[in-house]
Amino acid sequence: MAVFRIFFGVMMFLSMFRFWANGWIEKLYIAPKFHFSYYGFDWVQPLGVYTYFLFILCGISALAIAVGFKYRWAVLVFFLSFTYIELIDKTTYLNHYYFISVLSFLLFFLPANRYFSWDAKQKKMDSFYVPQWTVDSIKMLISLVYFYAGLAKLNSDWLVKAMPLKIWLPSKYDIPLIGNLMGQEWVHYAFSWGGLGYDLLIPFLLLYKRTRWIGFILVVVFHVLTRVLFPIGIFPFIMIVSAFIFFDAKIHRKILAFISKVCLLESKIFKISKTAVGNKIKANTTFVIKPLNAYVVAGFILIQLLFPWRYLLYPNELFWTEEGYRFSWRVMLMEKAGYAQFTVKDGITGKKFAVNNSDFLTSFQEKQMSVQPDFILEYAHYLGEYFTAQGHQNLEVYVESYIALNGRLSQPYIDPKVNLLAEEDSFLPKSFLLPFNDTIKGL
Amino acid sequence: MKKMKKFIVLFTVSLAVFACSDSDDDTTDQSSDGFDRGAMLINFADNIILPSYQSYISTTQDLVSQTDSFVVTPSIEELTNLRSAFRTAYLSFQNVSIFEIGLAEELRFRDRTNTYPTNIQEVTSFIVDGNFNFELPSTNDAQGLPAIDYLLYGLGTDEETVAFFTTDANAEGYRNYLFALVNSINILAQNVLNDWTSGFRNTFVANDGSSASASVDNLTNDFILYYEKSLRAGKIGIPAGVFSNDPLPGNVEALYAQDFSKELAIEALNASIRFFNGRSFVNSQSGPSYATYLDFLNTIKNEEDLSTLINNQFATSIAALNTLDSDFTNQIATNNNAMLETYDELQRNVILLKVDLLQAINVNIDFVDADGD
Repeated sequence: MAVFRIFFGVMMFLSMFRFWANGWIEKLYIAPKFHFSYYGFDWVQPLGVYTYFLFILCGISALAIAVGFKYRWAVLVFFLSFTYIELIDKTTYLNHYYFISVLSFLLFFLPANRYFSWDAKQKKMDSFYVPQWTVDSIKMLISLVYFYAGLAKLNSDWLVKAMPLKIWLPSKYDIPLIGNLMGQEWVHYAFSWGGLGYDLLIPFLLLYKRTRWIGFILVVVFHVLTRVLFPIGIFPFIMIVSAFIFFDAKIHRKILAFISKVCLLESKIFKISKTAVGNKIKANTTFVIKPLNAYVVAGFILIQLLFPWRYLLYPNELFWTEEGYRFSWRVMLMEKAGYAQFTVKDGITGKKFAVNNSDFLTSFQEKQMSVQPDFILEYAHYLGEYFTAQGHQNLEVYVESYIALNGRLSQPYIDPKVNLLAEEDSFLPKSFLLPFNDTIKGL
Repeated sequence: MKKMKKFIVLFTVSLAVFACSDSDDDTTDQSSDGFDRGAMLINFADNIILPSYQSYISTTQDLVSQTDSFVVTPSIEELTNLRSAFRTAYLSFQNVSIFEIGLAEELRFRDRTNTYPTNIQEVTSFIVDGNFNFELPSTNDAQGLPAIDYLLYGLGTDEETVAFFTTDANAEGYRNYLFALVNSINILAQNVLNDWTSGFRNTFVANDGSSASASVDNLTNDFILYYEKSLRAGKIGIPAGVFSNDPLPGNVEALYAQDFSKELAIEALNASIRFFNGRSFVNSQSGPSYATYLDFLNTIKNEEDLSTLINNQFATSIAALNTLDSDFTNQIATNNNAMLETYDELQRNVILLKVDLLQAINVNIDFVDADGD
C-alpha cells in the first residue's frame, strides 16, 4: 500500500505539472468566457488567475501524499482541489479524472501512511501490516473499473461493426512498426475483441496469484499500446502503476528498497531489514482503525457498483442521449461528431439570427457541446441570458443540430422546433431529443 | 522467479515471431490496401494549388499593367479594359482563397485580398493623406479587391469615375492609391507562390502524417473553415441576414460591380467542388482526393457512400445558386427567400463535411486529451 501511495502521489504531481506545461490551465480554465457546469454544481466556478494557485495546491498535496507527510490532510486537500478543478467545466470530463477523484476519496479512509512515510517515522506509528480489507478495497475499485469498462463494450457496435476502432485506427498508419496494419479490417476486429477480453479478464488474472505476472505483462502491453494509439495522456501510466497493488508484500518491499537506494535515503530512516520487520510484526501487528472508516468504504464501493447501471432507468439508446453515460467507466466507446447551429429569435416579431459559436466557446468546448444534450441546453440558456443583457426581448433559442455516431451518417439530433429556453435541465429523460432511428444491441 | 523468467523469455520470443510474420504479410499487400495521404497531398499541391496560384498571378500581373495604362492616360476606354482585368482577377482569386495555409496564413492573404464590405471613409482618408500601411490588420477593409471594386465602379458614372483620376483635386491621390491596391494584391500572391515553390511545397507534401499538425489535418480544417465562413456565410448567409436581424445587402461581394456577385459565388463553389474531388486545375483530371479517400475508407466501413452524398449536395447547391439574380443585392430586395434557400443547401454540406467527412478521415480539430466519450 505504501508503494501504491508513493506512485499515486508522484503520478498526480507529474499530471499537474503536465497540465501547466501544456498551457492547459490557461486554455481550459481561464481563457473560456463560459464554462459548462455539472448539474447541481454551477456554484463551482474558475478562480481567474487563482486557478493556478489551485493547481499548485493540488500538486503540493500530491507530493505530500507521496512522501506520506500529514497524509490525511494531504489526501483531503488533494481530493478537494482536484475534484474542484474537474467540476469547473464538464467539457474536460474524462473517466480517468473521475477515477482519480474516486481513488483519492477512498485513500482518505485508508491507512496508506503506515509504512515508509514521513508520518510513520515522526509518530512512530510504523506498521508493516495493514488490515487486508484496506488493500482489497483498492483492488476492488480497480477491478470494477476494468470489468465495467468491459461490460460496456458488450454491444453490437463494438463487437459486430468494430466501431469506433474502425474509424480511429486507419488514421494511425504512420506509427512505426505496426502502422501498416492499422488499415486492415481484421486488426480492427482483433483490437475490439482483444480489448473486450482484456477488460473482462484482467481483474481475475491479477487477483489470481499464478496468473498475476501474465496479467501484469498484459497490463503494460495494453496500456502502452493505447498510449501510442490514442491521445489519453498519463492515464495508461496510472493504470500500470496501480496494478502494483495486486502484488504481494515481497515485491513491494523490493520496490521500496529500490526507491530508498535511488533516493539515497538514510538507511536509518526507512530501514528495511527482515529483523526489523520481524520485530515490528510482534510489536505492532495490529493498530486500530475506526470501524466507521470501514463502513464508509464499504458503502462507497457499493455505490460505485450500482451507479453505472443508472442508465437502465432511461428509455432511449444510451449512446444517443448520453443520459447516464458519464461516471460509468465507459471508455473509448463512441466516435461522435456533431454540429449545432443556434438561432436566436424574437418570439413576437419573428425576427431571428444565427449565432456564431466561436464568439462564445473555444473549439474544444464547441466540439463537446455539439454532441451532448445537457451541454446544448446549458449553452442555449447562456445565449438567452447573454442576448437578454444585450437588450433583446421575447427571446427564444432554437438549435439545428446533427450528430454522426460511430460512422453512421449524420442525423438530426435535437428537435429544431423546441424553444430551448423553455426547457430546464434535470435528471429526467430529455424530451427535446429526436429518435435515434437505429438500434445498438447489448448492455 | 525462475518460472517467471522462463515465461518472459517465451513471451518475448513469441511476440517477436508474431511481429516478424506480420511484417512479412505487409510487404505484399500494403500498396493495394492503404490509402496514400502523401499522394493526395502531391495531387493537391502540384495539380491544384500551385497552378491555381500561377493562374491567379497572371491575372494580377495583367491587372497591374492595365492599371498602369489607366493611371498614365485615364480614359473610359482604359477604364473598360481595367474593369475587365479586375473581373478576371476576382474570379481567379476564388480558386486560391481556399488555401489559407503556410505563408498565406501568416500574411493573412485572404483577409488582405478580399475583406468586404470595404470601408469607404477609410479608403477616402487614405487617398487624401496618402499615408497608409496595408500590413496593419486595421487596414484590411480598405484594401484588396473590394477597395478596387469601389474605385472602379463605386465613384459614379464612367465619366465621373475617370474624372476622379484626372480633374479631381485629389486625382494624384486616387491614382496612387489604386496603383498601391493593385500592386499589393499582386505582391501578396507572388510572395505566397514563391514560398510554395522555394521549399514549402516539399515540406507540405512530406508532412503526410496523421497528427494534428500534419498537412492533411491543417488543409482539411482550412478547407472546411473556408467553405463554412467565407463561402456559405460570407457570400450568401451574411448578406441574406442569416446572422443578423435584417438582411445586409451592403455586405454582398463585389457590391459596386453589381452584377458580379453570383458569378463569383459560383466560381468559388466550383473551386471547392474541384478541390474536394482532386480535379486538376490544368486539365480537370481527377487524382487522389477526399472523394477517393472516402471511397477507400468505405471499402472498410461499408457505410453510406459519403462522397456521392457530398457531391450530390454540391450539385444541388450549384443549381440553387443558378436560380439567383446575377446581382445578389437585387435578389435580396426582390426575393430574399431564394437566398435563404440557397444558404440552406450550402449549409447541408457544412454538416456532411464538418461532421461526416471529419469523422470518416479522423481529423481532429483540437489537441486536448479526449478518450472518446
